[in-house]
Amino acid sequence: MAEALLQVENLSKRFGGIVASDALSLDVRPGELHAVIGPNGAGKTTLIAQLTGEVTPDAGRIYFSGRDITAVPVYRRSALGLARSFQITSLFLDLSVLDNVALAVQAHAGHSFRFWRDARSVPELRQPARAALERVGLGDRAELPASVLSHGEHRQLELAMALAGRPRMLLLDEPMAGLGPEESARMVKTLRALKKELTILLVEHDMEAVFALADRITVLVYGRAIASGAPAAIRANAEVRQAYLGEAESEGARHG
Amino acid sequence: MNISLNARNITVIVLLAALILLPLYVAVTGDRFMLTLFTRIVIMALAASSLNLILGYGGMMSFGHAAYLGIGGYAVGMLAHEGIGTGFIQWPVALLVSALFALIVGALSLRTRGVYFIMLTLAFAQMAYYIASGLSRYGGDDGLTIYKRSQFAGLINLSNKIQFYYLCLAFLLGGIYLIWRLINSRFGMVIQGSRSNDARMQAIGFPTYRYRLTCFVIAGTMCGLAGALLANHTDFVSPAMLYWTRSGDLMFMVILGGMGSLFGPLIGTVALLVLEEALPSIIKLLGSPLFGDAAGRAAEYWQIVLGPLLLLVVIFARGGIDGLLQKVSQKVRRG
Amino acid sequence: MLLFIEQCLNGLQFGLLLFLLAAGLTLVFGIMDLVNLAHGSLYMMGAYFAATFVAWTGNFIAGVLLALGATLALGIVLEFVALRHLYGRNHLDHVLATFGLILFFDELVRLVWGPAGMSLSLPAWLNTAVEIMPGVYYSMYRLSIIVVSLLVAIFLYVLVMRTRLGMLIRAGASNREMVGALGVNIKLLYTLVFGLGAALAGLAGLMQAPILTVQIGMGENILILAFVIIVIGGIGSIRGAFVAAIFVGVVDTLGRSFFPDLLRLMLSKDAASTAAPALSSMLIYLLMAIILVARPAGLFPAAGK
Repeated sequence: MAEALLQVENLSKRFGGIVASDALSLDVRPGELHAVIGPNGAGKTTLIAQLTGEVTPDAGRIYFSGRDITAVPVYRRSALGLARSFQITSLFLDLSVLDNVALAVQAHAGHSFRFWRDARSVPELRQPARAALERVGLGDRAELPASVLSHGEHRQLELAMALAGRPRMLLLDEPMAGLGPEESARMVKTLRALKKELTILLVEHDMEAVFALADRITVLVYGRAIASGAPAAIRANAEVRQAYLGEAESEGARHG
Repeated sequence: MNISLNARNITVIVLLAALILLPLYVAVTGDRFMLTLFTRIVIMALAASSLNLILGYGGMMSFGHAAYLGIGGYAVGMLAHEGIGTGFIQWPVALLVSALFALIVGALSLRTRGVYFIMLTLAFAQMAYYIASGLSRYGGDDGLTIYKRSQFAGLINLSNKIQFYYLCLAFLLGGIYLIWRLINSRFGMVIQGSRSNDARMQAIGFPTYRYRLTCFVIAGTMCGLAGALLANHTDFVSPAMLYWTRSGDLMFMVILGGMGSLFGPLIGTVALLVLEEALPSIIKLLGSPLFGDAAGRAAEYWQIVLGPLLLLVVIFARGGIDGLLQKVSQKVRRG
Repeated sequence: MLLFIEQCLNGLQFGLLLFLLAAGLTLVFGIMDLVNLAHGSLYMMGAYFAATFVAWTGNFIAGVLLALGATLALGIVLEFVALRHLYGRNHLDHVLATFGLILFFDELVRLVWGPAGMSLSLPAWLNTAVEIMPGVYYSMYRLSIIVVSLLVAIFLYVLVMRTRLGMLIRAGASNREMVGALGVNIKLLYTLVFGLGAALAGLAGLMQAPILTVQIGMGENILILAFVIIVIGGIGSIRGAFVAAIFVGVVDTLGRSFFPDLLRLMLSKDAASTAAPALSSMLIYLLMAIILVARPAGLFPAAGK
């Protein structure tokens, strides 16, 4: 078995009386798309927050590429190769679409104590940005202000920004949130193409997408992983069906 | 670089031309008052531009920016009082102390956000105000008169009002140019991104604190320069220059002109200071034939419109004059 | 020792006065998320109204009550005409807009009452000393300020903790949309809360008028102290404002009386006499700076109370 790229060991986090993560362990192998599912309140968002460094775990460790990153600050994790997209669109709305992605590129292009040259004329920043936009299908929207994009295009831009830093692993927090059927299909296609070059941890509610893309699935309930394995095994798991898939099947039926 | 000919750009070009040609007008008409007024406008526009850098572009709501005017001014005043009249020492000291103060205030304040940031910057400015009031050797509350302007070994004579005006104008234009380059550089992109969405900036990998602190220090230093110029202009410094409401006045200029635009602060300063001078006279002129004496008294209390003006600008015309001019250009293009 | 007791009481009295001012500020900030710099102007108007109405009616109590009503009315008008446009906007907009109101009120006062300021003299029955301990006398008026302020504090506590309005206030502080969705007239609630804040500010202003000052710009000086208090105490927390206000009041008063003597031991008499008031004033800001650096969200970060 290949060594895990991301290793989460016994992660625990409480907020007052609420247990968000309960001795949670999981691992993500290089090249796989590992989906994390679970009912609302299962602690998926807290998991992502701890992986990105926004929340410090009460106990447990996080290893990325063999290195202990549990205490590494937020801005440093991106440099290590771990990038994320946000569940609630978090962009630079008053800048152009291309500026948004170029900033993500710039973050990995050394320090920014450069005060003179026009950043918009630097090819090392603009070209990779355009390339990332092409990959997600937003190439022709590059010069527009980010605020005029549709919600679906915002989600694509989110993805482009996560990619621009040339990460080794992507943490995707509900990329399908709020997308209609056509946009969802497009996003699934994009993610399937990305699978070939990146390792992905995907937190999602959209069961169709999850079962279409995932190599492995971990099911979270009340902060604990109750099952983890191949999609077929998860589907057949009685505990999982009881806790979660019962909801999801009717959701799946609605998506059609 | 393309500059389209729209209402806003034309206004700016006309304004710049007027500023450059002003001494000519003064030489012809002998109207020295205009020279004094516009020297003050140019200096305050430099201060307002420096505030715009952190406020408009950086999103840092500093309510203690007037402190740097005071620090720069007092550096010049105190050294002059002690017999060090050369600008070659006074001005670098003014810049250095401003930078240091900005470094300390910024280092502590930038760890907070929102109203706490406002309060911290305000508190530090008030501390500077109280320190200035407590300097009995340098006049305390009464202020300090500067008997001789900064000397530059004959290179330039600051007592010559025209030379001084052009020096101030040069600094203003240089300052605006510097800000323009800064804002569009990689550094500037980080600053703007941080204003737009600081959490996202950190997520994509920027340690935003150090960049914002650097920006804060640059702005404070630029304002310290304005303070040194102001001290030479008024030949006087007093703690009142540092009182927190003066920071509010600076913010008024920035907002009125257009926050986050390059020439907005200049436009706002011109608008406000010209209004200050012109409005009372206009009221008296227009009102006297109709209302006689009452017009004269009304002219005295004209400042009462300033408050509501700021209120209205904030509520309805958030982009300031610059924003309004841009809207006019758009309507013209469509119409 | 006598001086120390007197100064402690003065500190308490000043602190309670600050609490009245800070309570209104923190309520408005906590419930409507509105940063109101013009709160100091309402404080000023309370003092000017009191000086005017007391002179008109010749009766201290009548004048004071009229002033209170006038300030309350002014607050409501202000909220209705200007401030409600600011709800939901970012704090910078609040700061700028209410700064504009400060400019307006300062000019208005100059126009109506002139630049010289006013005085408010105490009626004979208040202008005496009371023997609070054997041999220890304290100003009757200052004592009544303490009593009135404590009564108002208790009233606020009862209002916020035990009445339906108070429950709405606390709920509105934690979740604005929910309260609106529950069918409560949010607009009316906001107007009432603002009116209450204005009345508190006006009360503080008129109570300090006989002992301190009635002049243009008096609001600006004390406003900063009020903000320091709510920042230390935690925005939206009345309890925090109470603790912080007493603390600030006592520290400031004791600092001003005893710090100069301390300084005189260290510096020359001349330097000490100008440096002392400056440094005493700085003390409070220094305190806030230290607290905010250690706890960027205040000492008692409470959303509503």
